[in-house]
This record gives sequence, structure tokens and C-alpha cells, in this order.
Amino acid sequence: MEKELRLMKGNEAVAEAAIRAGVDGYFGYPITPQTEIIEYLMEANPAETTGMVVLQAESEIAAINMVYGGAACGKKVMTSSSSPGISLKQEGITYIAGAELPCLIVNVVRGGPGLGTIQPAQSDYFQATKGGGHGDYHLIVLAPASVQEMADFVDLSFELAFKYRNPVMMLSDGAIGQMMEKVYLSPQKERSKTIPEWATTGKPSTRERNIITSLDLDPNRQELFNRKLLAKYDEIREKEVRFEEFQCEDAEYILVAYGTSARVCQKSVQLAREQGIKAGLLRPITLFPFPTKRINELAGKVKGMLSVEMSAGQMVEDVLLSVNGKVPVYHFGRMGGIVTTPEEVVESLKSKLIGD
Amino acid sequence: MTEEIIIAGFGGQGVLSMGKIMAYSGVMQDMEVSWMPSYGPEMRGGTANVIVIISSERISSPIIKHFDTAIILNQQSLDKFESSIKPGGVLIYDGNGITRHPERKDINVYRVDAAEEASRMNSPKTFNTIVLGGFLKVKPIIKLENVIKGLKKSLPERYHNLIPMNEKALIRGEEIIKEVQKAL
Repeated sequence: MEKELRLMKGNEAVAEAAIRAGVDGYFGYPITPQTEIIEYLMEANPAETTGMVVLQAESEIAAINMVYGGAACGKKVMTSSSSPGISLKQEGITYIAGAELPCLIVNVVRGGPGLGTIQPAQSDYFQATKGGGHGDYHLIVLAPASVQEMADFVDLSFELAFKYRNPVMMLSDGAIGQMMEKVYLSPQKERSKTIPEWATTGKPSTRERNIITSLDLDPNRQELFNRKLLAKYDEIREKEVRFEEFQCEDAEYILVAYGTSARVCQKSVQLAREQGIKAGLLRPITLFPFPTKRINELAGKVKGMLSVEMSAGQMVEDVLLSVNGKVPVYHFGRMGGIVTTPEEVVESLKSKLIGD
Repeated sequence: MTEEIIIAGFGGQGVLSMGKIMAYSGVMQDMEVSWMPSYGPEMRGGTANVIVIISSERISSPIIKHFDTAIILNQQSLDKFESSIKPGGVLIYDGNGITRHPERKDINVYRVDAAEEASRMNSPKTFNTIVLGGFLKVKPIIKLENVIKGLKKSLPERYHNLIPMNEKALIRGEEIIKEVQKAL
């Protein structure tokens, strides 16, 4: 079937894509700048069409624990929020990671710390990629840079979540959530009737009971479990790295940026090249796993890299580790809900890496 | 072809919806579009603005600081965005309530007194469509038929009876826009 063309906000695209991907349940709590997700779902009322449950919980904490319950039953379930709300969900998220359950968490990031601002930011990179909750765990983190990707990554997230029995986070931001672009929507998928073998949906006489838990009081068994998780993360690092390159072939300087910053940097590359500076852009699509290997390869061919983020400098640490001292690496970014302009990036590239 | 536009005015003047009609019209003409609204505290009373980009190519940054065209609907927005227009670019403004008129000499300035015209036409709600008509006269980047299609797409069906009135407003906007100054 042909894809349907619409003009939508990023938030609306997530919601519509969730219905079409055959998601079983959405549990959320409103917060700017992502409230359109739950608004759209409530208005669409998919309970009457696909049977998808849409529920406004009493709090973010309730919502993530509903996701925990739904995921334990083998269902395709998701939640969404923005930075302060995602902080509230962290306990549930680490439990879900510890219980090895698939789900989707969408974070439409706003500026922090604390309640911060409702304007776009990328200051939740550490929280998304380095844990967020307690314990040794990783989410798979996807970073959409367009309304189209907001839609496409819903399906991809569930594919990865079920493949690895691991929670997936879509790390978006207020700009992509609020802006409208063209989006081609996939046809409606039916909700899956297959129940994964590990799901807790009642014990038949043919097998042992399934247990979903993140608790094991025996240190030896817990360490074995930790090692199993590490092996899974290694497999994800090996197989699931995704990135996009823009004019990197002959580049002397590489900008590394994701999400909204990557869109800004695409324009910066054009502006820099108009001034005779051979710039290129590497856009990580997965933030965990990070495109470490590719950045290390590129570091062998260029004079320097600039990590551009709407934060005080978070992803730059992963760029530094990837480059491993081969060339200078700097960070440039605006904070407080201010979106970097393409011109500022070029100025920063010149002052930090090129000199006059 | 890439046209980078900012529309700015008071909340409630139809700034965001004018941008939406433009974006939908661009889609109807098979162009790439982006629509990036201010959604911050401004929206909750005060000024509202939206950046619309219409292009024949893939759009890079949806957030920009320099514009080909600024459509300005109040004094605060004129003060804020006059300096953001590219040299040789276009400024379209409604003179209603403007006490300090545009001062730059290196831009093309047009005036469309849409508020006055809308009340004369006895349909204050078509104010933003009159402005849009004026814009299309200066920058005919989208065909009228595609704007009508865009209107149909962006208005909920229960308002489709308002389309003929909006079509009239578009044409009226084309008629009443005046060139105030050619860029030096």
C-alpha cells in the first residue's frame, strides 16, 4: 500500500505512527512541549479502531509503571514525556531495563536543570545514554532529526526493543516536537496476536512459570545477570550503530551533531563551504550505540572535530573517547532553550579549530 | 528555489494559522516545507511568530535568523525583526498601530492595511488571508489554486463554508498591497 502524505507536528507524527505501528498501549501524563502526543491519541481514540489503549495516568511515575506491567505481558507499550517528567520515570525505566522488557519511551527534551524552560534543548544526553536510573544498564537511544523520523522511529524502536528485550528511548527535542513538516505515513499494521514466550500471561501446563523481576539477592547470580546484560549491549554496539554523513568525503573539519542541531549544522556545512572551509557533518542516529568506530576512522582523515549540541557539552565526551586523541575536539552549543544558529556554528568552528 | 519567511504579530491575529496555510499550500505544490512556531511564554499572551520555509530542495535548518521575507503585524515585531531581513529582502507590514515605520533602506518595503480592509469587508477573521494575498502578489511562489487547496487542508471541515470568503480576501490582499520603497 502507498504511504500517506501529511503535514504534521513531530509530536503528532509520533502519535499517528504509534497507532499505525499497532501499538497496544500508550500511558502518559501531559507536559510541554510534548502534550500533543497524548492530545492527538485521545482525539484519535484508537480503542475503537485498532483496540489500542490510551490512558492519561495520575502521574509520570504511574505511567511508566503501567508501561512496566504492559511490557511484562508481552505487549507493545509506550510512554512519552519531557525532561522533568522523564526524570520522574527513571525508577521505572531502570526496573524495566533490569527486567529485560521491551518498550518505547519518548523524551521531547526541554531545557533544564529542574523545571528549566519549555524551550528545546539537548541537555538530557547523559541521562539517556549513560543510565539515568541506577545500576549498570543501557537504553537503546534513537535521535530523530525530522518529523519523518519521529514517525519512522516508532516502528524501528519496537523492532529493536523486542529483538533485544530492552527499553528504547527516542531522544527528540521541543523544536522537532513542535515543528510541522511533510511526513509519509506507513499503512496501518494489525496489532500482533503473538505472545512472546517470556511474557507473564498465565502458566499453561506445558512449561515452567515465567518470572519477570529485576531482583536477585544472590550476588553470584546477579553478577552472571550483569554479564549477560553486558554481552547484550556489546551485541547492540556491534550490530545496531546508525549514522548519516553529509559531505564528509573531502572534509577537513567534521561537525558532530544529532537531532535539531544536526539540521542546523547541515546549513552550517553549506555556509562554511561557501567560505572555502571544507566542513562535513556526521549525524549519529543511534546515540547508544554511539558511532565510535566511524568517528575514529574519520579522525584519521581530518584536522579536527566540533561537537554541536544544545547543552553545556555532553555528547562531546563520547566524541573525545571516539577520537582518542588523534585530533583536537571542541564543543559548541547554546543552552536555556536557545537553538544554535548556523552562522554561530561556523564562527565557532573558525575560532576554535581554524584560527582567524 | 528557497523562500525563508517569518510571520510575526500579536497572539490571536492568526499568525500561526497563516503560516500553516502557507505550509499546506507549499505541500499542494509539491514543495518541501517546514513550519516552526514560537510556542513559549509569548504564545500565552503577547507576541507570536512562526518561521515558514518553502523550498524545492530538502530543508536543512528549520530555525534561522535571517529571512527573505518578514511579514510584520505589530510594532513590537517590527522592532524585533526589521534587522533580520536579508539585504534586498522583503518587508510586508500592516500599518495599523504602527508608530515607527520601517527605517532600513536596503530592503523592499510593502504595506498592506489588512486590518482596515477586513473591517471594511465586515469579516475581521479574514485579516490574515488578506495579508497572505498581499504576500503572494509580491512573491508569487505558490499558485492561487494550491492556496485554496491548502486552505481546505488546514481548516477543519466545519469551516469549509468560509473558503469562498477567504478566496475573496486573498484577491483583495493582492489588490491593496502597496510598494512603499524599493531597495537601494
